[in-house]
Amino acid sequence: MNANGVVLFYTTSSALRAEQVLLRAKIGIALIPTPREFSSDCGIACRFPWVERGRVARLLEKANVEISGIQPLEGSNDG
Amino acid sequence: MGLELLRRGTKTRMIYLDHAATSWPKPPDVVLAMREFLDLAGGNPGRSGHRLSVEAGRRVYLAREALAVLFGVRDPLRVLFTLNCTHALNLALRGSLSPGDHVVTSGMEHNSAMRPLRSLERQGVSLTVVPCSAEGLLAPDDVAAALTDRTRLAVFSHASNVCGALQPVREIAQCIRARSSALVLLDAAQTAGSMPIDLAELGVDLLAFSGHKGLLGPPGTGGLILGPRVDPRTMTPLWQGGTGSRSEYEEQPEHLPDKFESGTPNGVGIAGLGAAARWLLKQDLQALREREMEQVRLLRQGLSALPGLTVYGPERDDRRIAVLSFTAAGEPVSNIGRRLDEDFGILVRVGLHCAPAAHRTLGTFPGGTVRLAPGPFTARAEIEATIQALETILTTR
Repeated sequence: MNANGVVLFYTTSSALRAEQVLLRAKIGIALIPTPREFSSDCGIACRFPWVERGRVARLLEKANVEISGIQPLEGSNDG
Repeated sequence: MGLELLRRGTKTRMIYLDHAATSWPKPPDVVLAMREFLDLAGGNPGRSGHRLSVEAGRRVYLAREALAVLFGVRDPLRVLFTLNCTHALNLALRGSLSPGDHVVTSGMEHNSAMRPLRSLERQGVSLTVVPCSAEGLLAPDDVAAALTDRTRLAVFSHASNVCGALQPVREIAQCIRARSSALVLLDAAQTAGSMPIDLAELGVDLLAFSGHKGLLGPPGTGGLILGPRVDPRTMTPLWQGGTGSRSEYEEQPEHLPDKFESGTPNGVGIAGLGAAARWLLKQDLQALREREMEQVRLLRQGLSALPGLTVYGPERDDRRIAVLSFTAAGEPVSNIGRRLDEDFGILVRVGLHCAPAAHRTLGTFPGGTVRLAPGPFTARAEIEATIQALETILTTR
């Protein structure tokens, strides 16, 4: 099962910054419209393979990217 | 067809020596990036979640990142985009100063800083204008002596747009930091892109830059960089509005860069500016500067052989940039500018260059000067032709 998670942000610029940080670390991510089940300040979120959640959190923290949360994406394999 | 004609005109009839006003031509990458933005990334950056919006946002972000690398800034979100350098200076000055605060500036400033400062002065901010030498240089000790316990900001231009005087920024910033918690705001309109600039190395807290001069981007772009000592929560934006984030709140968000970037940005311009910054990152900026300085040395040498000419600004290469001003005894600068353009296709700027304070310092107010500003693409032959043209103008009056 390819479970996914999402990183939520306060601003689009942080999402775009996270995208570059994670792509350069070769993590298979995609920016998606923030799923409705999450209340978020920002219209886009970053979908990533849930197994990578530890690396994702560490990489974003190291790059000082401000996030508002990391959540599992329930019940779907494609996010 | 139109472009071809323009290019042919460039080769045969035009010599562009007005890079201090705006650089021309731009690297082809800049034009391509702007076209691509309109063709392939037509969404509104950061507003919607769909692919065109994300792609537009991505191009704006990548420009932020390239500029952060260029200026040695770790966090790209502390690069704020503005319409131009004037907007960036207004944001820094009006955003941080309140009645009762004291601000220090120099006698070489452009009106982009001087006019907002004079306006703030009328609102209760006290202002000290530190005089410069006749060459246009600021003495670090004089700046330090002007500081009071209410000084919140010191603002000065990195290099003069009139005579090319390059201020000893590191020494000035050191002097200020040794005595005060005042922040240093550098107006890098004439230096950004034309020489290596590292915020931390210079000791600068806020850097205002123009996108369309040395950075070789399109007009309508500029920015303000907030160094690590600047607390954005203590700054107020010039205006409030939509940011694409926190849409459920009617209060302006505190997050960077949104707090200071309300309203749809100039995406196409910023995409061009990003391409320009990436083009510059592939160049050796010190070598580009050296190339421009060679042209200025040649100009200076040629001008000094002409009768009745006075050249302004520092002689030492390490205290100047590639901007040169002169006057000719008995010949109004407007006549020289007109003849250079009409008879020789040489484009320069004459007059006061929006900097009356600088011209007072140099002793060229109100007559003004003729300003020659070569750029990174100026050829030696163009400089030689300019000297020859000036010789003809001044000997056949």
